[in-house]
Formats: sequence, structure tokens, C-alpha cells
Amino acid sequence: MASAASLTVSVWRGGEQGHFARFDVPARENQTVLDVVTYIQRELDPSLAYRFACRVGMCGSCAMTVNGRARWTCRTHVRKVVGAGGALELRPLGNLPVIRDLVADLAPFFDKWSRARGTFQPKEAEEGAVPDDFAIVPPASKQRRQADAGIECIGCAVCYSSCDVVAWNGDYLGPAALNRAWTLVNDVRDGARRDRLDAVAGDAGCHSCHSTQSCTERCPKNLDPSLAIAGLKRTLFWDTLLGRR
Amino acid sequence: MSAASAGGAARAARQQTHLWVAQRVTAMVLAIAVVVHLVMIIGAVRGGLSAAEILGRTRGNEAWLAFYVVFALAAGLHGAIGLRNIAAETIGLRGRAADLAWLAIGLATAVFGIRAAIGLYA
Amino acid sequence: MDLRPRSHPTYLAFVVHRVSGLLLALFLPVHFWALGSAIQGEARLEGLLRWTDNPLAKAGETVLVVLLAAHLAGGLRVLALEFLGWRARQKDMVAASAGVALLVGLVFLFNVV
Repeated sequence: MASAASLTVSVWRGGEQGHFARFDVPARENQTVLDVVTYIQRELDPSLAYRFACRVGMCGSCAMTVNGRARWTCRTHVRKVVGAGGALELRPLGNLPVIRDLVADLAPFFDKWSRARGTFQPKEAEEGAVPDDFAIVPPASKQRRQADAGIECIGCAVCYSSCDVVAWNGDYLGPAALNRAWTLVNDVRDGARRDRLDAVAGDAGCHSCHSTQSCTERCPKNLDPSLAIAGLKRTLFWDTLLGRR
Repeated sequence: MSAASAGGAARAARQQTHLWVAQRVTAMVLAIAVVVHLVMIIGAVRGGLSAAEILGRTRGNEAWLAFYVVFALAAGLHGAIGLRNIAAETIGLRGRAADLAWLAIGLATAVFGIRAAIGLYA
Repeated sequence: MDLRPRSHPTYLAFVVHRVSGLLLALFLPVHFWALGSAIQGEARLEGLLRWTDNPLAKAGETVLVVLLAAHLAGGLRVLALEFLGWRARQKDMVAASAGVALLVGLVFLFNVV
């Protein structure tokens, strides 16, 4: 815990090609990394591009790489992550194209949610239609509990940015999309189970995961995408061995 | 994506899934076989390795022959599929042709192992 | 490589599993070929075994046994995660895996030396 009077902040400037710019920012007793970025943009360099919305850990738009690790900047206190002598290093999220400065392009991330069939498809109704009646899903049932475990994801891409398999295989769907798929595989109201399992199988899907568990380690919501991916693998294993697919 | 290439992608994903399933099935076989192997190794080196001691146990013993044949097959395939994954992720070697080549390498390795197993038996 | 995002136990477990797997997969054909060639009779096998009596070969064997034990223990970790859905005990399992590998290596070493 450093108590320097000011922070030395290295901020990524530019696109894929760029450089670090140094800023000195006054250290405060209570200060989030997002506060630091906002200070720089308002007081030191208005041309700095970054992204945020809610500031309270609900929207997931302010994620960046802070001292090497992907984090929500709004929920990260400076004193928890600051290096020796008040050093902070800020980069955009990894594994994604850089638009400018601290803003990463999340289009590939969300494209993969749709490739993993991350949309709910009602079983007993035409696409988009409202079913006639409410479905009854007992809260204590195994499938409901497995779906509940992963449903709180807000799509901040911290896991995606932390996953080495994404870096090694550009087609890999990544932890968030696979976690989403697993919640839907466990949704008894959903009618696209078979197609979804097809979509998440193979090298681009769950079978490339090596359980480094960086996703689980970094998830700001304490979800366990690694466990969800293991669930998909297990389901596909038995379906394949028993000739159900 | 056209219907044809979507069908091709689905087939590729199915074949990759089969490789993964083979990797895990061989892993389960190896989990047991390697424990046996390690126990044998540690037992065999007690008081020094000798050819007479090893061959005395394995000659004419069908149970050991069957064990080593299954072991060699599982190890050959498991190792080759593992190398396939490493090659794909580090040097970008991917595709059906590469997968078939790795399978061939795995089976060839297994054949060498089975040859050794027959040597221990005969 | 930036180690800051990769400094958790399960990442280390992955690295150990991958490196041990790579080395074992490369060793396997050599092992099979050497054994298969040697087992043309007791004398030739005895010859190979006596060659492995030199200290360098013994050190190599110990390394291989530790690699095998580490890969086995790490593999059981992966299988438990994938097929039993274990999660909370993952870090304990990483530690247990390392312990098993070390133990097997030591037992081997004490038997050999």
C-alpha cells in the first residue's frame, strides 16, 4: 500500500500501435481507478478516450487492463492495485481490437455470444412470441441452480480479455459466451438445446478450454465460467459417447 | 455463412469433438494404467533393474500383454492428440489434414509400443 | 510474457500439465522404440538396462518419473473439474497434485540411490 502524494499513471494512447503517456494525478484517500482516468480526462488531457456509464459496477462498460490485469475500473480502489511509488499502468482490455486509447472494440466479443446461440428461444412458441402460460421452474431443481450460477453475467469482457485460449485461437468463443450457452442449456424453457450444443462444440468452442481458470479468477461478479465450460464438455462427452448426437 | 460451409463447419466441430472425447477416454484409461506403471517402476528399481526379473514377470503372461497393449494404444493416441493441441495453439497448425496426420503419428507410436509389449510376452 | 495476469495456482497447474505432457509425448516414441529394439532377448534388454545405470540416465529417469506423476496428478485434477464439476477444491487439488508428483519422485529416488 503506497501513500505517495501523487500517482504516476501510464496510460495507453493511440490504437493497436501506440505508446504510454505519463500523467501525475493527486492521490486521494478514497479513489477508484475510474476516478483517476476521469481526472486525467477532465484536468490534464481532454482528448483521452475511455468508456464508462454507471460507475457502480452494474453496466460493465469501464473494464480496462490495470497493472496487467483486466478489471472494472469503477470498482477497483487505487490502493488495492497501486504499485511501488504510486505507479498505475492502464491499457485497454486485451484480446480485442483497440479503437483508441482505453477503448477496446467489443464487437468480436458480442458476435461470439450470438455464435454460441446466446439468445433464449422459447420452446413452445414461435420465435419472439409470448408463450401462452408461465413455465414453472422449481428453484431447487439442479438445472435451475446451474443456470442461476451463471446468469448474473453483465458482459464486461473481463474474462474474455483474461483468457489465453482466446489469444491462441481467434475463433474461440471465450468464457462469457460459453457461460451464457450453459445457462441456456440448463433452461428447461429453451427449445434450442441441440443447436446450441452444436454451436459450442469443437476447437472454437468448449473443447479448447484448458482450465487455466483465469476467467473464474478474474470475474468481478465471482461467477465461474470455467465450471460452466466444464458442464458443456461433460454434456457433450456423454451425448457423443452414447450416440445422442 | 453459406449452407455448405455451415455444414462443413459443423462436421469439423463434430470431428474435433471426437478427438477431445478420445483424449478424455484415453486419459481415464491412463489414469489407472499410469498408477500401475509407477508402482511397477518403483517396485522394479528396488535393488536394481534386471532383465531376468522383468521378463520373468511378463513372459507368457496374457494379462500383462493385454495391459501393455491397451496402455500403449491409449498413451500413443493421448500423446498425439495433446501434441496436436499444442501445435494448433502455438504454431497455428490446424485442419483436417493435420488432424489425420496426428492420428497416424499416434497410431504409429502405439504400434511401436505394442511391438515392445509383444517382446516382453514372447 | 506478462506474468501479472497469470500468477494464480490453476494457471501454474496448466503450465505444469502442458510442459510435462509435451516432454512425455516426445519421450514416448523413444521409450517404445528403445524397449522394442532391446527386447529381442534377455541379453540385449540387460544391455540397455545396464546402460541406464550411469548417473545421467538415472537423473533423466527420475525427471521422467516426476513428469509422469505430475501429469497424472494434474490430469486427475482436470478430470475431476470436467466430470465431477468440482470447483471450490480446485486450489487444494493443485496443491495435492504437486504433492503427489513430489512424493512419487522422492520414492523413486530413494529406491534408486
